[in-house]
Amino acid sequence: MRDNKNKWVLLTSAAALTLGAVSVASAETLENTRERGVVQCGVSDGLPGFSAPNDQGEWQGLDVDVCRAVAAAVFGDADAVRYISLNAVERFTALQSGEVDVLSRNTTWTATRDTTLGLNFAGVNFYDGQGFLVSKDLGISSAKELDGAAICIQSGTTTELNLADYFRANEMQFDPIVFDTSEQTVGGFEAGRCDVLTSDTSQLAALRIQLSEPDSAMILPEVISKEPLGPVVRQGDDQWFNIVKWSLFAMLNAEELGVNSENVDEMRDSDNPNIARLLGQDGNYGEGMGLDANWAYNIISQVGNYAESFDRNVGPNSPLGIERGVNALWNDGGFQYAPPIR
Amino acid sequence: MSVRPKAQSVGPKPPFWRDRAKRALLFQALLIAAVAAFLLYIVGNTQANLAARGITTGFGFLTNTAGFGIVQSLIEYSSQSTYGRTFVVGLLNTLVVSALGILAATLIGFVVGIARLSPNWLIARLASGYIEIFRNIPLLLQIFFWYFAVLRAMPSPRDSLSLGEAVFLNVRGLSLPQPLFESGFGLIPLAFGVAVVASVGLMIWNKRRQEATGKRLPAGWISLGLIIGLPLLVLVATGVPVTWDVPELRGFNFRGGITVIPEFLALWLALSIYTASFIAEIVRSGIQAIPHGQTEAAQALSLPRNLVLRLVVVPQALRVIIPPLTSQYLNLIKNSSLATAIGYPDLVSVFAGTTLNQTGQAIEVIAMTMAVYLTISLLVSMFMNWFNARVALVER
Repeated sequence: MRDNKNKWVLLTSAAALTLGAVSVASAETLENTRERGVVQCGVSDGLPGFSAPNDQGEWQGLDVDVCRAVAAAVFGDADAVRYISLNAVERFTALQSGEVDVLSRNTTWTATRDTTLGLNFAGVNFYDGQGFLVSKDLGISSAKELDGAAICIQSGTTTELNLADYFRANEMQFDPIVFDTSEQTVGGFEAGRCDVLTSDTSQLAALRIQLSEPDSAMILPEVISKEPLGPVVRQGDDQWFNIVKWSLFAMLNAEELGVNSENVDEMRDSDNPNIARLLGQDGNYGEGMGLDANWAYNIISQVGNYAESFDRNVGPNSPLGIERGVNALWNDGGFQYAPPIR
Repeated sequence: MSVRPKAQSVGPKPPFWRDRAKRALLFQALLIAAVAAFLLYIVGNTQANLAARGITTGFGFLTNTAGFGIVQSLIEYSSQSTYGRTFVVGLLNTLVVSALGILAATLIGFVVGIARLSPNWLIARLASGYIEIFRNIPLLLQIFFWYFAVLRAMPSPRDSLSLGEAVFLNVRGLSLPQPLFESGFGLIPLAFGVAVVASVGLMIWNKRRQEATGKRLPAGWISLGLIIGLPLLVLVATGVPVTWDVPELRGFNFRGGITVIPEFLALWLALSIYTASFIAEIVRSGIQAIPHGQTEAAQALSLPRNLVLRLVVVPQALRVIIPPLTSQYLNLIKNSSLATAIGYPDLVSVFAGTTLNQTGQAIEVIAMTMAVYLTISLLVSMFMNWFNARVALVER
């Protein structure tokens, strides 16, 4: 039963913090990961498009691709990942105690999380914002009409705080119904316990297609918060922090340079010096992170660039059908911008 | 009779390690020292680990603004309240569902336990069916059943089931009218108090009279009439100084009145029904532990069946029933933490869930939560031990 398993994760995490003698020497995570032979990656408890097992039981999604990219960079094998499913409440404790090496679980980057939890955010793989999913039967068209509504939320998220702020600012009342997992949250919404389900808009798109009748619900136009989602690592291990950060940057740079999983082998002979540096043909940019020169080549050939990952998991080619929007590259009208490899 | 000299008074005193009592003391002291050292190590090591990882520690977060809403609160609470207040809100929600759960489980348990011994075939089989069904299905599933299965069957707020346009039942819960007390209402609790005192006096007088003359009045019925009738009389005499705030459908939901949320109803039902099935078995075993001769002796004195139960069987059965009953009460309190699965805002859901995650201070929050359950359980245990000592048979 999942609940018991989750309790167990929390318990062992707490035990590691209280009993274990943990050193925070740098380079520890890469060494441990190499010894173990797999990257331990904390993912969600099943959010289609971001991290969810497919019908063959393999984890798939935008967040899962970050885990796969890190594994490809470290081992040259994108499949060398052990996925650990965490709910919103357990995720930080699991990362702090070393239960997972990287947390890639649609986690919002906030000041509190970055500065007081002993964690570092390694970038943003999806720019999101909080929205509202309502049943079409209600006949409303704006979040401003939600006064007095009962609202289903998932526990332990920034959503809970934004919601209270938004309703107070607009002098409206609401009843928060707080569930443990996204599955239960959808269950409560479908049972009619609440009028509204609130979460990041990308998640709403994912949750909507899980409804028994997706067409009976709609997403309201208001987006009430900034939710930059990204992978998280422990503070104090700069080498590992760099590996995760640059794995994500490599995917973004590859898209910008037009390198994808199909053409990466031809591109190795490219005259473009930017591409040559990315694919390790000119200099060794992996060395500074303790990796070999093929680190980015492995990511692109096995996982693909950011556009491929986006389209496959959440974009128009997926059931979610989310537009690139603000997640387009900087030179294409979006926010996604990676520092150059040089 | 000869007096033998004491062994110790002769010869040198033996070293302390030969003395059994002193040796035992030494081992106990060593054990305590080892446990204390282990605890010190854990605390020190935890602090060192947290500091090394740059994780904020301490209880300062309790005075910070919480910033999230809670659906059910027995005290004043808004998203501007502190994390400390979320702790109190969660604690009270846990206590209220536990207390009402214990009350309901005890009532159902006693009724079903006695029913199982009924000479009536149908009643006895119904009772054993109840017990076998509810104690053999995991509690979490029962909570889900009451929440999701029963909830889905409820109508939406707009098609609520209503009772006299004052009580409404729908998928959002049970809306009840709330009494608003006006001046002059204070007399009614006073009348209730007077009735209770008078009833106790009557009981004592009746018992003395029975011992002296052998005659008894139906004191129970008279007291009941007194306790209900006197406040009612005062209520009518003062012109019913109560108005009702009746719930009303405004916008999405009912506003005004008291709303009992479905999470509470589901959790309360599941906890009561599940625990009652165990209590019923405890009651049955307690009654069957009384030798049949006792019942027969009472019947030989031509006591009616209800008096046989009340005066002879139950008082003796209680000493068998109380100790396992205590365990069931403790189980119910601890099981109430399953609330988090259906979103009832109890201590675990509000404090060890949302507050923990918003502050990230897992160790402090979990330690406080564990301390609360430990304290509640020990207090209940103490009370039940005291009660057990009172009902225990005094051998003369």
